[in-house]
Amino acid sequence: MLRYLLTRALSLGLSLVVASVVIFALIEVIPGDPASYMMGLNATEENLAALRAELGLEGSGLSRYLDWVGGMVTGDFGTSYTYRVPVANLVLDRLWVSLPLALYALTLSTLIAFPIGILAAARRGQPADYGIMGATQLGIAVPNFWFAMLLVLLFAVTLQWFSAGGFPGWSDPLAAMKALTLPAIALALPQASILARVMRSALLETLDQDYIRTARAKGLSRAQAIRRHALRNALIPVLTIIGLQFSFLIAGAIIIENVFFLPGLGRLIFQGITQRDLIVVESVTMLLVFAVILVTFLVDVAYALVDPRLRRR
Amino acid sequence: MTRLPPALILGAALSGAFLLVALVSLLWVPHAVDGVAIANRLQPPSAAHPLGTDQLGRDILSMLMVGAQTSIAVALIAVGIGVALGVPLGLAAAASRGSLLDEVIMRGNDLIFAFPSLVIAILITARYGPSATNAILAIGIFNIPVFARVARGGALPLWTLDYILAARTAGKGRIRISAEHILPNILNLLIVQATIQFSLGILAEAALSYVGLGAQPPTPSWGRMLAEAQTMIYTHPMLAVLPGLAIVLMVLGLNLMGDGLRDALDPRLRRGRA
Repeated sequence: MLRYLLTRALSLGLSLVVASVVIFALIEVIPGDPASYMMGLNATEENLAALRAELGLEGSGLSRYLDWVGGMVTGDFGTSYTYRVPVANLVLDRLWVSLPLALYALTLSTLIAFPIGILAAARRGQPADYGIMGATQLGIAVPNFWFAMLLVLLFAVTLQWFSAGGFPGWSDPLAAMKALTLPAIALALPQASILARVMRSALLETLDQDYIRTARAKGLSRAQAIRRHALRNALIPVLTIIGLQFSFLIAGAIIIENVFFLPGLGRLIFQGITQRDLIVVESVTMLLVFAVILVTFLVDVAYALVDPRLRRR
Repeated sequence: MTRLPPALILGAALSGAFLLVALVSLLWVPHAVDGVAIANRLQPPSAAHPLGTDQLGRDILSMLMVGAQTSIAVALIAVGIGVALGVPLGLAAAASRGSLLDEVIMRGNDLIFAFPSLVIAILITARYGPSATNAILAIGIFNIPVFARVARGGALPLWTLDYILAARTAGKGRIRISAEHILPNILNLLIVQATIQFSLGILAEAALSYVGLGAQPPTPSWGRMLAEAQTMIYTHPMLAVLPGLAIVLMVLGLNLMGDGLRDALDPRLRRGRA
């Protein structure tokens, strides 16, 4: 178990190092002067020099990289060029929108996917199975931002149950949750479709196992066999997908936040892009990649807890 | 194999229709899509404009047709990048199983997998300017590890078979065996995977151009049509519905085709698939 955790932790560290090098190289090293990119065509030479000094562009690539990484480790993400505030503050503000949104969507997707995936497996080859498989096939094909627009069209424009976008802040938690509801549904739909299909096929696979046949032979109904024996064993591939989905949720949230004008990390990246605020873009991207890699690591650890076979490796 | 799976027929018909539309649009569209005719804007469907016109007076049917071209071109080239680089890497990894080369290739794959692809695609297009080319690159890079993994996974069991051993005894090198004996036998797997990546590429292109990081105006693209329609969703909802439907049908067609192909090419997978 300890050895397994150590190898995983080592690869976590390695992934983070490579990720930071790639992001740094993409933004700062490969052709083009970031300072002139940020200031546009009309920049004077003095302004450019001042910005380069501010960005710390004068040092060698290596020392700048170490400064950047060292800063992030200690919570210093640099200062936004446009907002003139530390990027860390911006991120903390925005996190209170993005994180609840991702968790809300993940919860919804799991709550939808588990029952329908189990139902499809239990009713394999019957109309309910075909119906669910057809619906999830459609769910996978729908781009979440378009689904979001349809939700706005139905629930905000036609029925007027929800507002079409914006975020009132957490001072009124109920209003905040309401503002996150349509975005979370839009994010959850494609994820729930994938998860339901994985749940179904994982269950079907375990239902083929001998121990299920034994359980059935001992007089358990199919439903009882699923509940008592199959479900727990089917959870391993399902957990993997839930972990992977976090990364899709983060990427999806970037786009969905733009549909609903939510002041989250995704909006922050795009504002950074349009304002050519590379410091914001660079640090927020690194943070998102860090979150994704960390979740993947946690899923691996969760495996070891669910599946005793992995501990011995 | 006696009968083709219905999913394959339906999926191939749908994707084939879009491919045909895209090809036709290379030669002919009902109305030019680069002309702006403000007087003609936001027309309801009519004989001249079967799906109406958009906010700049362009014919929506024509825009959708040329948009198919953009989506298919971007996704197809991105798949090409994945196949061209990923398959040789996967074959090399399998041919030298357990070696340092194998280890380096597979760990490199894991690393790319660990990145949230859309975030990096956004980063690339943001730093180097939005364009169809950068969108293709950004999507294509993430196809490489997918094909490398499929190629390696398919090739590994083949290397233990007798006829490969025979080929090695006959003095053929690893590269030649990979090309002559392994590749033809994993072609099925690769075709199925290519269909899946194609459909993911269509979705990714739509997302990138929706946020303004894909093909640039005046090149029509489904994602940007959606973005432009968003501000008019209160007054002209159809502008937002039609491009989305095009994306859904195209992706659905490709997914069905992928599932159907998998069934048709490998009867063992017919039971209990996801």
